[in-house]
Amino acid sequence: MAKDTPHFDEMLGRDGTPREPYAALGTWIEASDPSDLRAKQREAEELFRLTGITFNVYGREEAEERLIPFDIVPRVISGNEWRKLTRGIEQRVRAINMFLHDIYHRQEIIKAGRVPQEMIARNEAFLPQMCGVHVPGGVYTHIVGIDLVRTGEDDFYVLEDNARTPSGVSYMLENRETMLHMFPELFSANRVRGVQNYPADLCASLAACTPPATSQDRPTTAVLTPGIYNSAYFEHAFLADQMGVELVEGHDLRIVDGRVAMRTTLGYQPIDVLYRRVDDDFLDPLNFNPDSQLGVPGIFDVYRAGGITIANAPGTGIADDKAIYSYMPDIVEFYTGERPLLENVPTWRCSDPEALSYVLDNLAELVVKEVHGSGGYGMLIGPTASKKEIAAFRDKLKAKPGAYIAQPTLSLSTVPIFTKAGLAPRHVDLRPFVLVSPEGIRITPGGLTRVALKKGSLVVNSSQGGGTKDTWVLED
Amino acid sequence: MLGRTANGLYWMYRYLERAENTSRLVETGQRLALTRLGSSDDEWRSVLQSAGVWEAYQAHNEHLTKDAAIDWMLRSPNNGSSVKCCLEAARSNARSVRVALTEESWEAVNGAYMELKELLSRKLRERDLPQALTRIRRHTALVRGMTHGTMLRNDIYDFVRLGTFLERADNTARILDVKYYVLLPTAFGVGSSIDNVQWETILSSNSARGGYRMAYGNAVRPREVAHFLILDRRMPRSLAFCVSKIQDNLAYLADDYGGRRPSHDLADDLNRACAVHDIDVIINEGLHEYLQTFLGRLGGLARQIEIDYRFTE
Repeated sequence: MAKDTPHFDEMLGRDGTPREPYAALGTWIEASDPSDLRAKQREAEELFRLTGITFNVYGREEAEERLIPFDIVPRVISGNEWRKLTRGIEQRVRAINMFLHDIYHRQEIIKAGRVPQEMIARNEAFLPQMCGVHVPGGVYTHIVGIDLVRTGEDDFYVLEDNARTPSGVSYMLENRETMLHMFPELFSANRVRGVQNYPADLCASLAACTPPATSQDRPTTAVLTPGIYNSAYFEHAFLADQMGVELVEGHDLRIVDGRVAMRTTLGYQPIDVLYRRVDDDFLDPLNFNPDSQLGVPGIFDVYRAGGITIANAPGTGIADDKAIYSYMPDIVEFYTGERPLLENVPTWRCSDPEALSYVLDNLAELVVKEVHGSGGYGMLIGPTASKKEIAAFRDKLKAKPGAYIAQPTLSLSTVPIFTKAGLAPRHVDLRPFVLVSPEGIRITPGGLTRVALKKGSLVVNSSQGGGTKDTWVLED
Repeated sequence: MLGRTANGLYWMYRYLERAENTSRLVETGQRLALTRLGSSDDEWRSVLQSAGVWEAYQAHNEHLTKDAAIDWMLRSPNNGSSVKCCLEAARSNARSVRVALTEESWEAVNGAYMELKELLSRKLRERDLPQALTRIRRHTALVRGMTHGTMLRNDIYDFVRLGTFLERADNTARILDVKYYVLLPTAFGVGSSIDNVQWETILSSNSARGGYRMAYGNAVRPREVAHFLILDRRMPRSLAFCVSKIQDNLAYLADDYGGRRPSHDLADDLNRACAVHDIDVIINEGLHEYLQTFLGRLGGLARQIEIDYRFTE
């Protein structure tokens, strides 16, 4: 994509004429007093701070708590656009679960030659301990976050699948609460679909996957957090609170009579479903990383024996790994027998010598990512990088090509944010949240819109100075 | 409820209570320094002793000065009982038990932490001290009010109250013990101005001046001060009051959880010690010994509660 193509603005289109979904919002902004909006912007920040919606920044000496900046201009998606998106997302998530089941059982897709053996066997995200394990309800990824970007009226791409422990849903919910509180009149003028059922849906979705060992009608569910110093602790507490279940830490749990049980004021009580926000590696020091202080020794053995449901299942990382990502179109087709409805971003796998030489020749135009990286760390954005940065990255790439993939720099769509000088376009992405249960797939109408607050920047990650917006799906 | 949650709730409210008591002690010390002619910085020693931080103060400071004492009690990171440290600990505990708190209670404690952190980020000027102390107490009162007004009366609330009243009883007993000699009838002549100041100090350290006047009239008598703060069940900071609240909340837990635990017996013992009708009996048998025994039993009760309700592994 050439750099001088004007990007697609979701409010004003490519040519500056307001697009239909933004009509009512545009009129409202026109009629608002800018100083009034500025005051509201400050009020929003005050609200977030008081509620304690903060995240801890990794890699800093003090465990500093920061707010993710919130922008008051909502991002609007029409009902029609949303319908198309959800069909594609559902198809993709269905395929991911079938892929995971296959990879940990018969590996038909490898036998069929659609995904190379070494992509799995030599992948750090592949968990051999999961081979042959029967997961309760047949569900691997109870919660998925699909990162989408847009480049035009009808052009959406999947940037990343988050099939391990996707975060950000608390922002989706709190952003909406804040908007409802500050601008009730906006919701009278627009028919915005609600997102508030997410916690109840999540709870029901988890409860539908009870393990064989449970005898209760209403399973006991708990959220497992690494603790108050984790960057997403607020979200863990928020979700436990909203679902009305316990928020537990590793040291609250132990194995009692073949079940995972939590230490309550009345003694140890078994847990049926554990929504864990702890990475695979730290889940069980006996089966995985022996140095982990965050997990529960022996929990994996209980899991294998059907004593507990772990959500998401261990080993789902093999489905959202950036090297596997490039095979997603094949994966979708292989399992669903359908053409993929959502596009992948074209991806060069640097492990392939031909691709590597193309990438090395075109570094200034490409985005290069670590296969196992996340959070926007350790990536190169060619068009905005200095010559020195590119040279340094070239060396890293040559030293370990298999650790990288490259993609063209997409001309991401923009949505206006409210700045001191009025509205100004900024690049955005979108993470809808998907719940999977044996009864089906549910997608909350909305999601997390992340916005790069710096002019021209394409990096939307909160750890890199990104902010968030309320995301509206209109009823139409 | 998780044992860890019970532990977090209990300590969150202990620390809030402690922050409030410390600020009140600083206010008393300051008032004393301003109103008493020819006063020395020495009075701050008993203030530090009442707060239970005198030894630690000496370990970190060469001299006793008013400024250093105030800073130690309000802001020092080396003093775990400084108002600043208490608020940090209260908020950190609140975060870890966020799920057990109502939104209102959480926002009140988070708001208190944010505002007071800012307030205590610099050394306070003397002219700003009264206002700062007022703000500290207003914030802790707000948390208590939100808790009282919005939380369910269940086991969560019982652990909140246990933390509050164990800490409060401990504070009152320690304030009395540091000054016990001025409450003894033989130690001083009656009615000298020095005694009056001392008695007033004890009362104001407990926010009890108004209450005392209402209950006993204008004249301050040592015997009645002792009675008021130890045995009077109308007084919300007296030992008898605090112990009866501890007993109540333990009884609710017994109902809720079905069954008594060893801590119930310890609380009953403690309550019997406060069921004396005549303060003279206590004074004759030794006020200091009485208070020491009380503090020892209170500590034992606190430890037993932690064991009975599985606060830790």
